[in-house]
Amino acid sequence: MSVNIVVPVKYVPDAQKQRQFREDLTVDRSDAILSELDEYPLEAALALREAAPEAEVTIVAVTVGPDEAAGAVKKALQMGADAAFHVNDAALAGSDALGTSAVLAAAIQHVGEEHGGVDLVLTGLASTDGEMSVVPAMLAERLDFALVSRAGTVEWGEDHNGLALTRATADATQTVAVSFPAVVSVTDQANEPRYPNFKAIMAAKKKPSAVLSLAEIGVDPTAVGRDAAAASVQSATARPPRAAGTKVQDEGEAGVQLAAYLAEQRLL
Amino acid sequence: MSENTELNTFELSEEYQALSDAVREFADEEIAPVSAKHDEEHSFPYEIQSQMAEMGLFGLPFPEEYGGQGGDYFALCLALEQIARVDQSVAITLEAGVSLGAMPVYLFGTEEQKQQWLPQLASGQALAGFGLTEPEAGSDAGGTRTRAELKDGNWVINGGKEFITNSGTDITTLVTVTAVTGTTTTSDGREKKEISTILVPTDTPGFTAQKAYNKVGWNASDTHPLTFEDVTVPEANLLGQQGRGYANFLRILDEGRIAIAALSTGAAQGCLEEAIRYATEREQFGRSIGKNQAIAFKIARMRARVHQARLAYYDAASRMLKGKPFKTEAAIAKLVAGEAAMDNARDATQVFGGYGFINEFRVARHYRDSKILEVGEGTTEVQLMLIARELGL
Repeated sequence: MSVNIVVPVKYVPDAQKQRQFREDLTVDRSDAILSELDEYPLEAALALREAAPEAEVTIVAVTVGPDEAAGAVKKALQMGADAAFHVNDAALAGSDALGTSAVLAAAIQHVGEEHGGVDLVLTGLASTDGEMSVVPAMLAERLDFALVSRAGTVEWGEDHNGLALTRATADATQTVAVSFPAVVSVTDQANEPRYPNFKAIMAAKKKPSAVLSLAEIGVDPTAVGRDAAAASVQSATARPPRAAGTKVQDEGEAGVQLAAYLAEQRLL
Repeated sequence: MSENTELNTFELSEEYQALSDAVREFADEEIAPVSAKHDEEHSFPYEIQSQMAEMGLFGLPFPEEYGGQGGDYFALCLALEQIARVDQSVAITLEAGVSLGAMPVYLFGTEEQKQQWLPQLASGQALAGFGLTEPEAGSDAGGTRTRAELKDGNWVINGGKEFITNSGTDITTLVTVTAVTGTTTTSDGREKKEISTILVPTDTPGFTAQKAYNKVGWNASDTHPLTFEDVTVPEANLLGQQGRGYANFLRILDEGRIAIAALSTGAAQGCLEEAIRYATEREQFGRSIGKNQAIAFKIARMRARVHQARLAYYDAASRMLKGKPFKTEAAIAKLVAGEAAMDNARDATQVFGGYGFINEFRVARHYRDSKILEVGEGTTEVQLMLIARELGL
């Protein structure tokens, strides 16, 4: 038996730094990194592979984006993915979630053709830039896979034919079993993503990594990109700087003033 | 310009850069948050040690067959630089673990000794110390008094060592000890001590790591005096040739200077980053203090020192990896980088004003920690001596 896992990864602006928009209101990704939230599904995939060598897991990272997006798949390979595909096509610029999910689904099918099927797609909770969280569900729909969103723990199910998952909601923790093929999105509570070590960094150079055009995965270029997008950004306004706080001078009554302030803000 | 002109600008390869980035992220996210606590408590950061082990940092320059990462000494230097930015104690734990603990076994050990010790050391599961310095043998290692006598197929060691890093942690399994094993007669008829290197497992009876020092800095690094009372180990624990101990540790110290220079560069860089951040955030008289030329120039000079230190250690490491002579360049790198760290620590604390005098601030820790960079692994004066000697002076 063998289990093929695809992890879609996105390159996003570093959340530690100031975000910029381009003139066309798309996010400036010139100084980008692998989305932190995509490290969790990748770590989950690596942990599954290490927990069951007999399952013969192959992990393939897939990204959609321009040249700079190669950084995201490179990092995924350095962390331990076995192979990578990068869909890079000028027609992609300005794609919305519908367009991106169509391209990702086609890319995942392409992986399936090359690797003998895809059993599991592990995704992050959301991207750290768009933060829409809709792509996992769109992928499940397009691929006709089962969907489990926001998994907090990820373990093998019986006979490696599926997964045993937990989902934490506001008032309960659900235990969920899912059979392959499935799309599972993983939260940032699921694990501690590893730091790549030097051996893995050196090994990443030798791993297969291919760049694909839309034609190669059978996607009509006019069906994606800005012109085909159903949703478009009308304007982008930088968040105003935080207003100065209220200072309480302690002249013996600071406690009372503080309590009054909190009550006024309905925080008490 | 001639077509044959090749000027190496020391741009990092993609792999070196990826390693440096990964260690930088690790240092900022995992080490920085616990540094002040371990510094204040003088506690060894076992949780950080084990994370560094998982990342393979202790195996960077060793081949995979001995449990290493198959990298090189420069890869170790890059990791040391990134870690020392935020925590010199953690950086020296890695530096001493690799270049003083494991490296002598790798360079001078028999195949059997390497198989026995390297896998646990290169994986970071265990630490080794290097016992060289004695009360009367510092810069002049010829003053060594610790003796090892061969009796019935065993070395019996008596004496003591000072300032031995990583020698008393819960995971220390080995200390490499230099000891007098006899005398030799030089060509001009003088009697000279014969110094050899012996592997001493730390569970050997008579071996004691004494109470840890109360140091000025590097508080989270493990440093002890050691005593040996009839410590008996098999004759086969001789590391390298008998009588080659002096030459062997000179080689270890030459390499080690490049690593210490990298660590010092990181310390200088850490002071620079903190000073820039603080000078941008801190406002006095209605503007950030960095807008004052007195502060801006101080920080510009800090930047220049970092650049100088980094180029110096890159050059020494590059020569070493190419098999060229590097003794003088290593001494220069150690000299300028050690001074850059101390000077930048002094300037950074000045930029921080009163906060620079508060122990829990990183720049204050760098101020206490950096002093040893002008002393350890050969003092500044020893480096000057080596450079002058090469000039025929």
